[in-house]
Amino acid sequence: MEAFSILAQLTDEGAKAAEAAGSAGFAYGLAAIGPGIGIGYLVGKSVEAMARQPEAAGMVRTTMFLGIAFTEALALIGFVVFILIGL
Amino acid sequence: MLALEFPPINEILRWQDVFPSFNKVAAISVLAALIASVIFIIAGNADGSKAPRGIRNFAEAIVEFVENQIILPTMGSSGRGWTPFLLSLFSFIYLCNVPGIIPIIQMPATARMALPLFLSLLVWVVFIGVGFKHQGLGYLKNSLFPPGVPAPLYILVTPIEFISTFLVRPFSLTVRLFANMLAGHILLVTFALLTKELVQGDSVALIPVGILPFFMLVFLTAFEVLVAFLQAYIFTILAAVYIGGAAHPEH
Repeated sequence: MEAFSILAQLTDEGAKAAEAAGSAGFAYGLAAIGPGIGIGYLVGKSVEAMARQPEAAGMVRTTMFLGIAFTEALALIGFVVFILIGL
Repeated sequence: MLALEFPPINEILRWQDVFPSFNKVAAISVLAALIASVIFIIAGNADGSKAPRGIRNFAEAIVEFVENQIILPTMGSSGRGWTPFLLSLFSFIYLCNVPGIIPIIQMPATARMALPLFLSLLVWVVFIGVGFKHQGLGYLKNSLFPPGVPAPLYILVTPIEFISTFLVRPFSLTVRLFANMLAGHILLVTFALLTKELVQGDSVALIPVGILPFFMLVFLTAFEVLVAFLQAYIFTILAAVYIGGAAHPEH
């Protein structure tokens, strides 16, 4: 019963703001999963490559940063969406 | 209880105008351009026949970094002519990023959309121009109809190539730089606020807890030093990759 009265007190705007905050959290959380796995895998493989062939380390590092940049963009777009709907 | 109130986004990113349409962010970007120009002009006027020292030594180290770490791996030695453009991109972006961690200033100029957007549109115009200059109309053919693909697949490949080359590239360059710097700025604001709230709050028991967000703040500031450099590096290296790709088509 108490919960219902609290719900009734919520104005329309308040409910919308709460919903926006919730979905903003989901938007960023979901957007971070894929790039998180991707960057972890990418850097792990690069370290493996550098350890196997230290003389190629410079080239591997450059390519690794490129790959990180492309992968990270997805998470960052999620972050921008989070800013747009959440704040 | 804690009276933790996060300021609205405009309050941490928008600054009072010094005079109309010129605020702190604009001042930082003007300063960044000035500092970089002054350093390289002084270094350029130094006597080149003697062993480099002082400011020229420093400038040569930056030029060598841009040549060896950015241009040679992505464009090969034929890309050396792009050193001035990429060097000015790199130093300008770095000097715009770094104020995010300098006390009192504490605002990366690239955390506003306008600057990264302008820079990536510049890179966009440059790499398309280079493509047309080196390959003529064949640039469109090479980039939209990549060789070695079965003819029926072009229905699928061409729109994807068009979107990824001409629309997504400037967008992702912009968002990468902008969102990284904005995220860092917001993180610093969050932990600074939390520290202040805990230390100056009503409850005495919470004051020792305030050391935790403070350590986080110090750690994040050190991390931002790295991010400021890394984002300038990544923006420049991607610009080099795009320009190099437009100048020499893949076979």
